[in-house]
This record gives sequence, C-alpha cells and structure tokens, in this order.
Amino acid sequence: MGVWNTFRQSFFLYSFLRDPLAVGSLVVVVILISAGFLSPVISPYNPYDTTTIDIMDADTPPMWMEEGDPRFFLGTDSQGRDMLSTILYGMRVSVLIGLGAVALQALLGIMVGLVSGYGGGRLDAVLMRIADVQLSFSTYMVAIFIGAIFKTVFGVGLYAQVAVPFLIIVIGLAEWPQYARTVRASVLAEKNMEYVEAARVIGLPSGRIMWRHILPNTLTPVLVISTVQVANAIMSEAALSFIGLGMPVNRPSLGSLIKIGFEYIFSGSWWITLFPGIVLVLLILTINLLGDWLRDYLNPKLYMH
Amino acid sequence: MLAFTVRRIAQAVLVMIVISFIGFAVKYAVGDPVRDLVGVSVSVEEREKLRDALGLNDPFMVQWGRFLKDAVQGDLGRSYFFKRPALDVIVNKAPATLELVLCSAIIIIFISIPVGIYAAVRPNSWVSRFLMGASIVGVSIPVFLTAIMLIYIFAVGLNWLPSYGRGETVMLLGFWDSGMVTADGLVHLILPSVALSSVMLPLFIRLIRAEMKEVVETEYIKFARAKGLAPRRVLIVHAFKNTLLPVITVGGVQLGTMIAFTVLTETVFQWQGMGFIFLEAVERGDTSLLVAYLVFVGLVFVIVNTVVDIIYGLVNPKVRIAGRK
Repeated sequence: MGVWNTFRQSFFLYSFLRDPLAVGSLVVVVILISAGFLSPVISPYNPYDTTTIDIMDADTPPMWMEEGDPRFFLGTDSQGRDMLSTILYGMRVSVLIGLGAVALQALLGIMVGLVSGYGGGRLDAVLMRIADVQLSFSTYMVAIFIGAIFKTVFGVGLYAQVAVPFLIIVIGLAEWPQYARTVRASVLAEKNMEYVEAARVIGLPSGRIMWRHILPNTLTPVLVISTVQVANAIMSEAALSFIGLGMPVNRPSLGSLIKIGFEYIFSGSWWITLFPGIVLVLLILTINLLGDWLRDYLNPKLYMH
Repeated sequence: MLAFTVRRIAQAVLVMIVISFIGFAVKYAVGDPVRDLVGVSVSVEEREKLRDALGLNDPFMVQWGRFLKDAVQGDLGRSYFFKRPALDVIVNKAPATLELVLCSAIIIIFISIPVGIYAAVRPNSWVSRFLMGASIVGVSIPVFLTAIMLIYIFAVGLNWLPSYGRGETVMLLGFWDSGMVTADGLVHLILPSVALSSVMLPLFIRLIRAEMKEVVETEYIKFARAKGLAPRRVLIVHAFKNTLLPVITVGGVQLGTMIAFTVLTETVFQWQGMGFIFLEAVERGDTSLLVAYLVFVGLVFVIVNTVVDIIYGLVNPKVRIAGRK
C-alpha cells in the first residue's frame, strides 16, 4: 500500500493526469494491446483455423455497406477471413514482435553500453565505432539486409515457420546501438561519482558495480527511449512484412495484412488495407505520444522554455 | 585535418571490407555456382573438376580474397536470373532510384525550410501548433501506408495520376535511363516522390524549427533587429544561414536512410529501381544479385557518410580533435 500511496501523491501522476493527450493515448494503447492479447477470447472467429473459413465469403465489404454481411463487422479479406478477428490476431503478433525486439535490443544495448562506458579504452572505441557505423546505415536498411540474408540462408519455408523469433532477432540486431549509446552516455556521467568510487574502494567486482550500482541510475533515459523504440519496432516489423520479409500470409501481422489488402486495392476492396492501416497508425501514434510526454516530463531542461 | 581525413577514410575502407566479408559469407553459404552453370545432368566427377577449376574448393579466406579483388575491379559476380554481371543490373536500375530520391529531396527542401522557419518565428500561432501536431502524426504513418493512400485517392479514386511504373523514359548519355525529361515520366514521378518525402518532412521541419528557435534568441539577431533591418532579411540572411550546418549534416546522413525507404516506396509503385530488383532477387534466391546490392548500397552509404563527416570536420574543428561525434 505504501508504494501505491506514494505513487498516488506523486508529481508524476499529477502532471500525467493534467495532460489529456497523454491520458487519452494511454487509454488507447491499453485498449489496443489488451484487445490484441485477448484476441482468442474476444474475436468472433479464429483466422488461423482454416476449417471455419469459407472462400465464398471472400471480399465482403463492411457491415454498414450495401453488400455487407452482418456476420462480418469490418468485412472479410480475399480468403474470406473476418477482418476484425484477423486484425486483432495480427495486432497481437505485431505487439509481441515489437516488445520482444525491444527486449532483445535493450539487453544487447545495455550490456554493450555498460561494458563500453565503464571499461573504456580500446574496447569502448571499437564497440562505439560499430554502433556508429550501424546507425549511419539507418536501422531500416540494416533490418532489411539482415531479413533478406536470413530469408536466403534459411530458405523461404523455414523463414515462414519461425518468422516471429526471426523478426525479433532481425529488429533487435538492427536497433541495439540506440540503447548502447544512451546507456554509455549515462555511465560516463555516473562512473566518477562518489558512490561508484566507494563501491570500488570496498573491493566490489566490476560486474557487480556495473549491474547493481551504475545500471539503476541509467534507467531513466533507457525508459524514455524504450517507449519510442517499441513504436519503431512495430513500424519496422510492419515494413518488413509489407515487403515480404516478415510474417507469412497465413499468420498475418498488421503489416502483412496491409500487404494482402494492397493487392486488392485496384479492385475496390479498400477495407482490407484501411482498417489494419488505421489500427497500425493508431498504435504507433499513441505509443509515440506517450513517449513524447515521458521525455518532456523527465527532462526538466524543457520547463525553462 | 589531414590525420582526421586519413582516419575517416581508413575507417570507410574497413567498413567496406567487413561488408564484403558478410556478403561473401552469404554467397559462400547459399549459392552453388556449379549447378547454376551446368544444371543437374553432369556427373559428380566432372562437377568436382569444374569446382577445382573455378577455385571453389579453396579455403574460405582465399576465396574471399579473390572476391575482394574482383569487387575492387568492379566485378561482383553474375546474376543467376538476368545472366548478366550483377553490377550492370544494379547500375542500370540506379537512375530510377536516384531520380526518385532527387525529386523527394527537392520537395523536402521547398516545404521544410519555409514551414520550419515559420513555426520557429511564430511558435504560438495556431498554424504552427497544427503543423507540429501534424508532424507527430506524420512520423507515425509508415511510408507504404502513405503511398497506398495516395494511390487510392489520386489514382483509383480521382484517376488523375498514374499509380505504377516509370512511364516513358529516355536514354540520356547512353547510360542514364531518365524519366525526368518527358511529361509522362514526370507525371509518374509525382506520387512516389511525394510518398517518399513524407517520411523525412516531419524530421526536417522539426530540425529547422529547433535550430532556428535557438538562433533567433542570440544577441546578433537582436542587434540586427535593433539596427532596423527588414525582418525578412534578418530571418533569411542572418538567422537561417547559421542553421544550415546542422541541417546539411543531418541531411547528408538522411540521404542514406532515404535509400532504405526507396525499397518500400518502389515496392508499392512497382518502380523499377534498385530496391525493387533487390526484393525480386530475395524472392528468386538470386544470391549474387543480393550480395551485389548489399555491397553497392553499402558503398553509397559509406561514401556519403565519409564525405559528410569530412566536410563537418572542415567546418567544425571540435569534431576533428575528438575524432568522434
């Protein structure tokens, strides 16, 4: 209860509640993500279950249109899958990959950043050069390259089977430098503080000093970039899926759904593209807005302006 | 300055060596050149003989050395699908991609500079607030969705603009397949370049606004105003000129990023550029072409970044001494 009370009276909560945009974004993010993870329970159909799909239902427009069918609220796609269910399942895949990729890049980046910042010297120079070079290539290009190489090396069949872990690895590998740089910068600021000196004097091993003493003090900037990175990872996943380096058509993410829809846009089936598109933009936008709010809140320099 | 330049170039060479290593490793792991050369109806012994003759039984490092030597001379292997040197295929398609990038860059320059300056000078007007809000929304829309929306509105709905392909192109100087000299080609350029520029616009508007805001606060701008110079002249000649350095630096780096986004844009518009054939190569398992694209685009990125860094080093001595941004 103590923690809850502190939180309830904190300035953090106070300023959060005073910002309607931030509150609204959080509400939308929570609704979208829980709808995604509850998709097996709440969605009317199971798009992975081919026995319930009838090709005769294909390309049904949304319910409120003239040719709509009351069974399918947002219509169906080219295979006769219910759009609403497919979007919910797809959102789960997208969010899962986004979170997984951010966890991986955070793990990699934090380790590299700690070792690099605390150790210094030649290792630091080499690691940071690698991070610089990778960043200069832009994370999209790196992700596209790694995805293309994976797909070629492992073959199309295998890639489709284990697409989720593959995509997590691809995006995680492509975006770790962001974390490494952020963590390293804070480590450099922290490592000459008295408490680190004290820990060193009493003879603690470097590993312990890094993990238990320095790391907790670098977490604020990590938190800020994590929010934006989730949005970026979801966007990268959608982009990879759209160009065919991501989720296969039978287990679509939002990106691959848009890809499917795009093939039918000239025949007028706009709903296959539009609805997953709206959900994707809404998801990314609200996470970005939350990230912006968090950054402004945690960066007191901005108050002066 | 010389030491800095040498160091930057040495690093660029090192990066290219690493890229070629990755590229060659992929080629080594996947492709079987012998099968591609002779098909399946040749006996095992003959194949072995051919492998020996082609040096395919040499150790990995020796083969990589040979790959590197060929690559330096401009030979990146033959595309299995096109039955032509892979580099030729890519260089043939490069003008399409570069024209797309060029047109987007023009759009970005002509929109982001006035908008950025306006938003910095009048930060509290509702137009600025709207533009800043719109730029957050803009950042959150993936480029392929923008592209699809444009196609749906202007090609499918209104039927004003073509939705795919490059239209009529003309061969210039014998190698540059240009779509910018015919009316048809220009019309085909509109939607793809608007879509591509939409990714970068919010970034540049925000960057110019932030830099401009900082400069406008400085003493010399106040002094210029106090002297009674025309406000427009103060903004453009005195203030804007000093925001150019960071803008050009970021611009140089983002030029590379735009090449990544061309892969997406070209997919949507069936634009026959480098990104499009790269994805086709992935689909077809054309490893040679894939590796050639990797090395070629890697080279473009490395050259752009090195040049930008060196220019930056020339202008800003702090970078030279630290050797690192």
